[in-house]
Amino acid sequence: MTAVATSVEGFRRQAPRPARLLLHAFLALVSLGWLAPLALAVYASLRPYHETAEDGYFSLPRTLTLHYYASAWRDAELTKYFLNSLLIAVPGVVLTLFLASFVAFAITRVRLRFGVPLLVLFTAGNLLPPQIIVVPLYELFKRVPLPASMSDSLTLYDSYWGVIAIHVAFQTGFCVFVLANYMRTVPYEITEAARVDGAGVWLQYWRVILPLCRPALAALGTLEFTWMYNDFLWALVLMSTGDKMPVTSALNNLRGQFFTDYNLLAAGAVIVALPTMVVFFALQRQFIAGLTLGSSKG
Amino acid sequence: MTSRDVITLSVLLGVAVFLDVALIWGPTLASVLLSFTSWDGLSPIKPIGTRNYHAIFETYPLFWPAARHNLLWLAFLGLVATPLGLLLAVLLDKQIRFTRFYQSALFLPVVLSLAIVGFISQLVFSRDYGALNSVLGRGAHPVDWLGDPHLNIWVMMVAASWRHVGYVMILYLAGLKAVDQSLKESAAIDGANEVQTFFRVTFPTLRPVNIIVLVITVIEALRAFDIVYVVNSGRNGLELLSVLVFDNIVGEASRIGFGSALAVILFVICLGFIVVYLSRILRQEDQ
Repeated sequence: MTAVATSVEGFRRQAPRPARLLLHAFLALVSLGWLAPLALAVYASLRPYHETAEDGYFSLPRTLTLHYYASAWRDAELTKYFLNSLLIAVPGVVLTLFLASFVAFAITRVRLRFGVPLLVLFTAGNLLPPQIIVVPLYELFKRVPLPASMSDSLTLYDSYWGVIAIHVAFQTGFCVFVLANYMRTVPYEITEAARVDGAGVWLQYWRVILPLCRPALAALGTLEFTWMYNDFLWALVLMSTGDKMPVTSALNNLRGQFFTDYNLLAAGAVIVALPTMVVFFALQRQFIAGLTLGSSKG
Repeated sequence: MTSRDVITLSVLLGVAVFLDVALIWGPTLASVLLSFTSWDGLSPIKPIGTRNYHAIFETYPLFWPAARHNLLWLAFLGLVATPLGLLLAVLLDKQIRFTRFYQSALFLPVVLSLAIVGFISQLVFSRDYGALNSVLGRGAHPVDWLGDPHLNIWVMMVAASWRHVGYVMILYLAGLKAVDQSLKESAAIDGANEVQTFFRVTFPTLRPVNIIVLVITVIEALRAFDIVYVVNSGRNGLELLSVLVFDNIVGEASRIGFGSALAVILFVICLGFIVVYLSRILRQEDQ
């Protein structure tokens, strides 16, 4: 009975100290090991290249400077690319949540005959490997014309519309699944009562169900924003103009053709990772809820 | 239902289904069809039967190494990273102090993009300046972690696990919170020790989470792309099926039929797991 802290009694009984200490030592070691690579990236970004080139990254600093952050921001024109990322992620998240919540509402609240096939269609779509759709999507996008006011490439290819559309299509699957699970926990009588009062489908959705799903929407919004912001593949395949790339892809601009200053790259990586880390620290609860809502049955 | 309701439903469901079919399922079907052609993106599409598949299995030198790497990736995530995530979840599920710190630290990499993870692994594993060689005191005889084709795939799998472990841990932690405490208590009263309680009582009740974790592990292993692409464009020991697809269809080669056949192979492997997952959803639906 070394550490039987599993029963409720056990919590109060306090397991013997050495076992607890061992547990803490193990967890602390793993946690610090987990943080070390990030700490190293931050540390490297604060040190000039010639110093780390001589001493290696694992060495005491002679100088610490924020110089690389300034030059990463300037050289890679990160402001522009951050805006590009937002232009993709914000409409992407809003549209995904809107469509997914309506589909989930229709599946769980309206007696549709094709409710289950619909759920399968969306959920399975989200699990496909992106590589299977890349080629036809690329060819399709090059052939879909858009007016010049919407895309200067005159096609869906190399336009934000196309990238947003594929994000929405892909992520709707995941959100439908999670939201359908969540909506099942809302008592059926609530929409029933609204219906008796004469509310149509739209009002039941917009006025009754959507407000009740706010926690799930917040959780999914956080998660989806991070995913769309982190995306690398779609922009790489479906965009060609360097200036329009999202910030994750723009990081490559900091690589020189023959020589790469990894400290500069580290500063860039820290800057690019910063928004997702802020989201993580500020909205950790939502983020985790978003991931786990889908896994434990609603 | 009034006609207004019907219109609302058809328009909004229509848009969602249209997007899903036009951008996901349609292209999937198109890929399957294209895999039986020799299309290069420009000339007329010519059907060539299963020749692409023959070429992939018999003559394409990169296919088997890439397939092996994907399998290895899957085995590593499944046999090392996932159990580690489960172990950490079990340890963190005990009421201990600093648990929030531990959880945050382990979970932090999950919010990073795989591209960033790729960059960070270069800082850690670079041959000449990387921190790992310094820590190991290999300054004089540095190990080329990322350049050695026998070694780099392992290094990349460790880097990918950095993210995967946190993800798995969070999923299991949520699952463990939902396990009925009284079950564990009665097992303890019956004289089961902690390990027995876990394997006989707790683990079986985690079944729904296990399925999700299994699916996520498989999908992640087969989708792996960004992380090796950032490090060296997926060459020299880091070949993965996803990279081969990308190389064959984008860029100068433009062997679309051939690349599609590779993608279809990837898809078929995924399909088995997707079916398992969906059958679970359907069963849930029946209840």
